[in-house]
Amino acid sequence: MSTDLDILKDVSTEEYKYGFTTNIEMEMAPIGLNEDTVRYISAKKNEPEWLLEWRLKAYRQFEKMEWPSWQNFEMPSMDLQSISFYAAPRKKAKLNSLEEVDPELLATFEKLGIPLTEQKMLAGVAVDAVFDSVSVATTFKGKLKEMGVIFCSFGEAVQEYPDLVKKFLGTVVPHTDNIFAALNAAVFSDGSFVYIPKGVRCPMELSTYFRINAENTGQFERTLIVADDDSYVSYLEGCTAPMRDENQLHAAVVELIALENAEIKYSTVQNWYPGDKDGKGGIYNFVTKRGICKGVNSKISWTQVETGSAITWKYPSVILRGDNSTGEFYSVALTKNKQVADTGTKMYHIGKNTRSRIISKGISAGEGQNSYRGLVQVGSGADNARNFTQCDSLLIGDQCGAHTFPYIESKNNSAMVEHEATTSKIGEDQIFYLNQRGIDTEKAVALIVNGYAKEVLNQLPMEFAVEAQKLLAISLEGSVG
Amino acid sequence: MLSIKNLKASVEGKEILKGLNLEVNAGEVHAIMGPNGSGKSTLASVLTGKEAYDVTGGQALFEGKDLLDLSPEDRAREGVFLAFQYPVEIPGVSNINFLKTALNEIRAYKGLPNLEAKEFLKLLKEKQKLLEFDAALANRSLNEGFSGGEKKRNEIFQLAMLDPKLAILDETDSGLDIDALRIVSRGVNKLRNGKNSFIIITHYQRLLEYIVPDFVHVLYKGQIVKSGTKELALELEEKGYDWLKEDSHETEAAEILLPR
Ligand SMILES: Nc1ncnc2c1ncn2[C@@H]1O[C@H](COP(=O)(O)OP(=O)(O)OP(=O)(O)O)[C@@H](O)[C@H]1O
Ligand SMILES: [Mg+2]
Repeated sequence: MSTDLDILKDVSTEEYKYGFTTNIEMEMAPIGLNEDTVRYISAKKNEPEWLLEWRLKAYRQFEKMEWPSWQNFEMPSMDLQSISFYAAPRKKAKLNSLEEVDPELLATFEKLGIPLTEQKMLAGVAVDAVFDSVSVATTFKGKLKEMGVIFCSFGEAVQEYPDLVKKFLGTVVPHTDNIFAALNAAVFSDGSFVYIPKGVRCPMELSTYFRINAENTGQFERTLIVADDDSYVSYLEGCTAPMRDENQLHAAVVELIALENAEIKYSTVQNWYPGDKDGKGGIYNFVTKRGICKGVNSKISWTQVETGSAITWKYPSVILRGDNSTGEFYSVALTKNKQVADTGTKMYHIGKNTRSRIISKGISAGEGQNSYRGLVQVGSGADNARNFTQCDSLLIGDQCGAHTFPYIESKNNSAMVEHEATTSKIGEDQIFYLNQRGIDTEKAVALIVNGYAKEVLNQLPMEFAVEAQKLLAISLEGSVG
Repeated sequence: MLSIKNLKASVEGKEILKGLNLEVNAGEVHAIMGPNGSGKSTLASVLTGKEAYDVTGGQALFEGKDLLDLSPEDRAREGVFLAFQYPVEIPGVSNINFLKTALNEIRAYKGLPNLEAKEFLKLLKEKQKLLEFDAALANRSLNEGFSGGEKKRNEIFQLAMLDPKLAILDETDSGLDIDALRIVSRGVNKLRNGKNSFIIITHYQRLLEYIVPDFVHVLYKGQIVKSGTKELALELEEKGYDWLKEDSHETEAAEILLPR
């Protein structure tokens, strides 16, 4: 109950409080992108031959592909030959031992609100901390392992559980999917790996915190989550980056696999550096996220709170293959200044009695541009498929924009697809009403926006809902009045 | 407590308040009546600082401070409360969180710490009981989907929670059923403590039977054209406003009648 108030209390005048840099000695791949870059990364990670081959195949695919042009913004020019595709702190941490993590890195994560040391770890949340291209620490690993839950960095999974990785890698997002997926498959460095065994309800939130620090790099992580029969997991990712004048590319791939009766809840609180008020700098967040409900009665739920990045471009999707499976997508995307978001979801109904629910809440302020793009596809065998889509846009000021591109393709007459859309402005009478009760305009807007986004914020795990509310309030500062 | 002198205000270039005078002392209840469009809500809006209204002359002092110089939120924090004629809906914002925020903002302004969750809940329960306010409504989103009467009752519930020095009730009685009117009036009477004041805008004498005013004023074409005691309300109920319209130009005479 105290959440709204906490947000308000913490509203500060800082613009982007995660913009600091960590000074640490880094090992970087030579600038540029070619087959040798791919080999360099694979060698650094001591990968088996099959994985190198897999990467090279993806690289060759990437070379054949072209940048897309259908998106609702102008594709920025990106010179991939001028950045380094691998950046890792030189002092290497020994796996399984937090004591040997560079104190500078521990301090960095602590400053970001992610304490990693035993004494200070967040209770009930296991964290994998990724710094530029590598995972630096994973908490509660031992405790999880007792239950058979695997939660580790992707690099470690390749070494320790190669069969699992080989079995599932690229099965949901093939490297041919799109140019960024191909690029990622070729040069991905780290990320998280999760496996929940049959019948296990993961006892804590799993979470990965991504931090970009190095200059002239991109971050290309890969996350793979497999929930075996009758299992459950809730996973959350957070991310921040220093303030820099040049743009940095973040092109991640996330694959989720839910087997029979399994449920995966995947939440994102995205707060990459958004660039300054004139649109200078910021992260290009071009991400491919997809899950498959492979087994009957399985469920995948995406929740995202997107406040950062110069450009956010992603459509977390669900393939509803198993009969009676459910896909959900809950999104709040906030754009201000010159930020752009082109985001939404795709729900592919293949199995019988499959259900999907899409709740998208766009918030545009300043000169921000917000597009919802969604596809609901019902295959011929998907008897009794059901979809409900609610797509709302909230405008603050009159220089911003909201756009919706809903696509529906149905090949089955028994399908029921519902789409509702609204566009609203924050009313002056609403603000005056709150003013009249002693609440100033900035806080009034934060209250109204959090109320508007409530249905989505409610989906987040408790620990992060408050954070997300604060983030919305802080992100809107200065964009009113 | 409140001293309004020769107040003039316009909206979109049209003058609505044309030299209004009113004195409200601590502990008093003043009723303002007057035909539709005479400027009653405008007066409430101007006093609380609604943006669309331009003050073109005169002054309004609240406990000696220039009220018109303060931001709307500071006026509220100083202790001016308006129960709106048309309360707005704010989807998704829970009534309780909103009240807690408002209460703590007002406390912070006075240099008081936030109310502890326990104390807040105690206060909430107490006021709910006082006003026979439905707990289910308190837990819902602010006015979202409330019936007309429920919105009005919520205004009075907020009034009870925030405990202002001066409360302006703009047609709180319209839309209330007979029982609700009695409950709300009883609540307002219980909230009276000899120090706080009320300005009650209404069209109906009935409300004034429950909340007995010390003074009744008639606002017509942006001025107070007649002031009297509660008997004036009865007279208005009987005769309407026509007899006043004829001598509305005699504003000087009306001023003499003002209570001091
Ligand atoms: N925002 C506005 N824009 C234009 N005209 C306005 C505005 N607000 C008030 N007015 C006009 O000012 C006049 C006074 O309105 P006001 O709402 O104060 O009347 P009232 O005395 O409260 O009437 P009622 O008894 O019907 O509530 C009316 O003619 C109204 O149309
Ligand atoms: Mg009115």
